[in-house]
Amino acid sequence: MSGTEEKHWLVRPKTIRWLWRGGFVLLTLLVLADFFIHAHPSFQIDGTFGFYSWYGLVTCVAMVLFAKGLGVFLKRKDTYYDND
Amino acid sequence: MTMTDLPPGLVLLFGAFLLPIVGKNVRSILILALPLMTLGLVWNLPNGTFLISSMLDYELVFLRSDPLSRLFATVFSIMAFVGGLYALKQKSVMELVAAFVYAGSAIGAVLSGDLISLFIFWEIMAVASTMVLFSVGGKQSYSVSMRYFMVHMLGGSLLLVGILFYALDTGSTAFTAMQPNSLGTILILAGFLINAAAPPLSAWLSDAYSEASFSGTVFLSAFTTKTAVYVLLRGFPGSEILIYIGIFMIFYGIIYALLENDMRRILAYSIVNQVGFMVTGIGIGTEMALNGVAAHAFAHIVYKALLLMSAGSVLYMTGKRKCTDLGGLFQSMPITTLCGIVGALAISSFPLTSGFISKSMIGQSAADANFMIVWFFLLAASAGVFLHAGIKFPWFVFFQKDSGLRPPDPPWNMRLAMILFAGLCIGLGIWPEFLYNMLPYPVTYKPYTVTHVVNMLQLLMFSGFAFFIMLPLMRRTLTITLDFDWFYRRVAPSALQRLFSIIYKADNALRQAFLLKLNQSLAFLSLKHKGTSSLLSHTYPAGSMVMWVAVILAAYLFLSFIH
Repeated sequence: MSGTEEKHWLVRPKTIRWLWRGGFVLLTLLVLADFFIHAHPSFQIDGTFGFYSWYGLVTCVAMVLFAKGLGVFLKRKDTYYDND
Repeated sequence: MTMTDLPPGLVLLFGAFLLPIVGKNVRSILILALPLMTLGLVWNLPNGTFLISSMLDYELVFLRSDPLSRLFATVFSIMAFVGGLYALKQKSVMELVAAFVYAGSAIGAVLSGDLISLFIFWEIMAVASTMVLFSVGGKQSYSVSMRYFMVHMLGGSLLLVGILFYALDTGSTAFTAMQPNSLGTILILAGFLINAAAPPLSAWLSDAYSEASFSGTVFLSAFTTKTAVYVLLRGFPGSEILIYIGIFMIFYGIIYALLENDMRRILAYSIVNQVGFMVTGIGIGTEMALNGVAAHAFAHIVYKALLLMSAGSVLYMTGKRKCTDLGGLFQSMPITTLCGIVGALAISSFPLTSGFISKSMIGQSAADANFMIVWFFLLAASAGVFLHAGIKFPWFVFFQKDSGLRPPDPPWNMRLAMILFAGLCIGLGIWPEFLYNMLPYPVTYKPYTVTHVVNMLQLLMFSGFAFFIMLPLMRRTLTITLDFDWFYRRVAPSALQRLFSIIYKADNALRQAFLLKLNQSLAFLSLKHKGTSSLLSHTYPAGSMVMWVAVILAAYLFLSFIH
């Protein structure tokens, strides 16, 4: 594990750049797919363009931020209970 | 003897006690054969109730066989088999015995047709699962198993008192659908919910499951919570309160798993999350929802065991459990990584995995029943599952940074167990009919429509995108997050300690004050007498008094003579 040359191909910076690019292409294609599928919404808004995409993104960001906020109050060192 | 003379659970329950007395080779055979025998018995059960006896005025039904009870008994038997295969090299025979008694009693519980025999198996499960934890040995394992045992004894007591009230109210102990509208049924529901890790007593699960052995956790993850799901499904379908409890559990599981650093605690919180989906479905209570719950319980047992087996393999090979110590293991543990990823995809309900065909039924049932807010919550939660378990677990354990650890894959039996369950996760995803045909109600649901597949992929991929752009916020730290167990591990003990120290101090102060008063009174008395008459007081020696008495007597004698 001395230099970049010996790293596993999957963790080389070049591969990771390509993974990001591929990811963005995939995300774009998935959003565009909404033009081609026939939505059958249950509550109107879930049939609008890009709903599942933005809903997934926004709720996940919200959950991470909420967890972060809760962590401020409830996080303790993992040795907290060691003397019990 | 026919198939219905022997409750399938008893094969495991009593067969377990053969394990310590036979040799190593026979033990390995028994570990694999006993669950298969049980599975054979379950599959050959005809519909109906059997093995009926009576206790006092009540009827005990040890065997109620219908599609729902057979579905759970089937997946429990499969779990015992694959769990046994995974634990084949487990050195602690005590854990294996406990795990098999535990599995057997869980099968006994789901096949029970009345509340009394259910309660008997329920309590055997509590003791046996405690022994699985206890078998690890050491001080920490002792304290964690005692905490676990206390919570389950509380749940068992609530259940027992509930059953007694219910029997008084209705004159029957038959286990049928109820409503939580009397003291008896409310207590029964509370007892069930404690085993489902519902709030407020949900912390027992993450507290205990992360402390069992590499194989013990695999057994623990399957039986207790899913037996609770079964009894809720049987006993309280359509009880509205379960929707709210379930939604709470779903988000509690996600939030706590996001904050967690211990890999098995991440997965433990994610059990609460998944059971939350099932509890919500039971609350919705339509045929479609209940089908979805039963299917999801089946799928969940398989992929959760798979995830915990891959975490257990990492623990077994490295002895490490914290995300901060792990990472980069994919290079030397390809099979464990791959199986872990399959489990992670299944729990996230990716198309072509078991989670996709089961969880989506619950979501669809919420939409069909017009529970709009519930539906939006469930959708957010589906995205959240990918976030907290689907990506977080494999990313931090197998990828992330390079920890420098290069352990090989675990021994063949552990690899085989993981491959079997990974295959089952994908197989159920490709051929959902196998599972749908076992469900209690006829299934008309079609999971694979283009719209559904695309929508699910959009949701999950953007959830994954959120994970990677928020990665700096997700950095693991050497922390735990306080949970409800804080109240009984910290607040209650320290409050009691404070109370005792107050009582001690008050008692001490009272004694001191009393002694002080006593001394003061004595001093006051002596001072008083000294002050009023110095003639007769203590400053004169006793001898002088004797002399003066003698003088008075002599004078008296003298006067009597001259009289």
